[in-house]
Amino acid sequence: MVTPDAEGRMPGPAPAVETRRLVKWYGGYPALRGIDLCVAPGEILALFGSNGAGKTTLLRILAGRVRPTAGTARVAGFEVGKGGDSARGAIGTLAHGHQLYETLTASENLAFAAAMLGLDRAGERIAQVLLRVGLKAAAGSSVRTLSSGMKRRLALAKLMLRECKVILLDEPYASLDLQATKLLEEFLMASKIGGAATILATHNLTMGFGVADRLAILRQGRLVFEGRRDETSLDAFRALFSLHGELGEVE
Amino acid sequence: MSFVRRVVAIARKDLLAEWRDRESFSAMFFFAFLVLFLFNFALGGDQTLIRGASSGLLWLAFTFTSVLGLARSVQGELENDCLDGLLLYPAPREAIYLGKLLVNFTVILVVELVIFPLFAVLYNMDLWSRLPKLLLIAVPGTIGFAAAGTLLSAMTAGLKARDAMLPFLLFPLTIPLILSAVKGTEVVLRGDPFELAVPWLKLMVAFDTVILVASLLTFEYLVEE
Repeated sequence: MVTPDAEGRMPGPAPAVETRRLVKWYGGYPALRGIDLCVAPGEILALFGSNGAGKTTLLRILAGRVRPTAGTARVAGFEVGKGGDSARGAIGTLAHGHQLYETLTASENLAFAAAMLGLDRAGERIAQVLLRVGLKAAAGSSVRTLSSGMKRRLALAKLMLRECKVILLDEPYASLDLQATKLLEEFLMASKIGGAATILATHNLTMGFGVADRLAILRQGRLVFEGRRDETSLDAFRALFSLHGELGEVE
Repeated sequence: MSFVRRVVAIARKDLLAEWRDRESFSAMFFFAFLVLFLFNFALGGDQTLIRGASSGLLWLAFTFTSVLGLARSVQGELENDCLDGLLLYPAPREAIYLGKLLVNFTVILVVELVIFPLFAVLYNMDLWSRLPKLLLIAVPGTIGFAAAGTLLSAMTAGLKARDAMLPFLLFPLTIPLILSAVKGTEVVLRGDPFELAVPWLKLMVAFDTVILVASLLTFEYLVEE
């Protein structure tokens, strides 16, 4: 069993994601109440929690979009909010909203992303990812004409445009069909082999459990469970998650 | 080079979206037409009154319609969390600001170029011979208004009352610019020597410089949560 050292650090390479007593308040509402978390390079952490548990807030802080109220967070070696373009360049995100421009075509959306990411040989890369997500035929179609599943695939294609050190996924399985889910899992495995650390926030216990190395449960802004996937079964974890869900309702 | 590439990418993306939809442009054009048409009714046929108020009317039409365009330019980014996505790219915030500014400036200038002939027809004024001089006033006026508007529209993007807050913040901030533009335009429309408009032109250039520098320095902090 891998255990943290006296300072709470995991043995092995320097963590790709590390938070210390991370706190976030929105007005008088505590969204996060002291999160300590480590994710190593090449590791996939599945983060579970009911609505309002703080999953999205945590991911937005790690992505550098929201400033924490207290505590520290380091992502890909950069302190969040201070690494600027270098930090943002190391992080890939798949957000709840697909972040696509409806008036542009699928390939125009990817071309814009490639330009903003500063990618070379973008045309070739765009053709490759469109083929990979099964949207080659829809390359010239306006995004507003695509189904929600196709939009989700296109958002995934945008994430696939480059290699990242840290991948943050917020409800990645929403609107994905079986084929696209398989595609996402292949991408996660390839990124894992490439050394990327992934945090995946989801409500989908089966999917999240299946792909993760480590599991964590957030309840009302607190990390109430953290453990390795190979030390538990899906049924046992499901029971634990239900219990925390009920406790959350009582609280 | 990558900085310029990103500025161009943002401008190209927004202008392409605007060209496809023509949403902002149509709304701004019809609003400008309505403003000029209603003022024409309000002032009646009194040519002396119209000539006296013409430069003010022209800039009222420009600024009112510009606010509409500025608000819509942010609205496009709010759909599907695109603003979040834009801010997650490893792009300097200054490049994002300048890209957005380039788009707002272009759209407002195009609308102004449509308003000029509309104004000439509705108010029975000869603008054609004065158009180059009018543009010398309109361009710095538009740069300053678009620069302040781009900053404030990004700042108010996350607010529920953004449609009300944008003009509420923008108009007081740009009073020196609008005043200079109105005075400069007045000189041109009266047919006075252009030298009389130069001090107003200088004031506009000074305003543009200050607002551009201030915007580039503060944009990053205003868009972060």
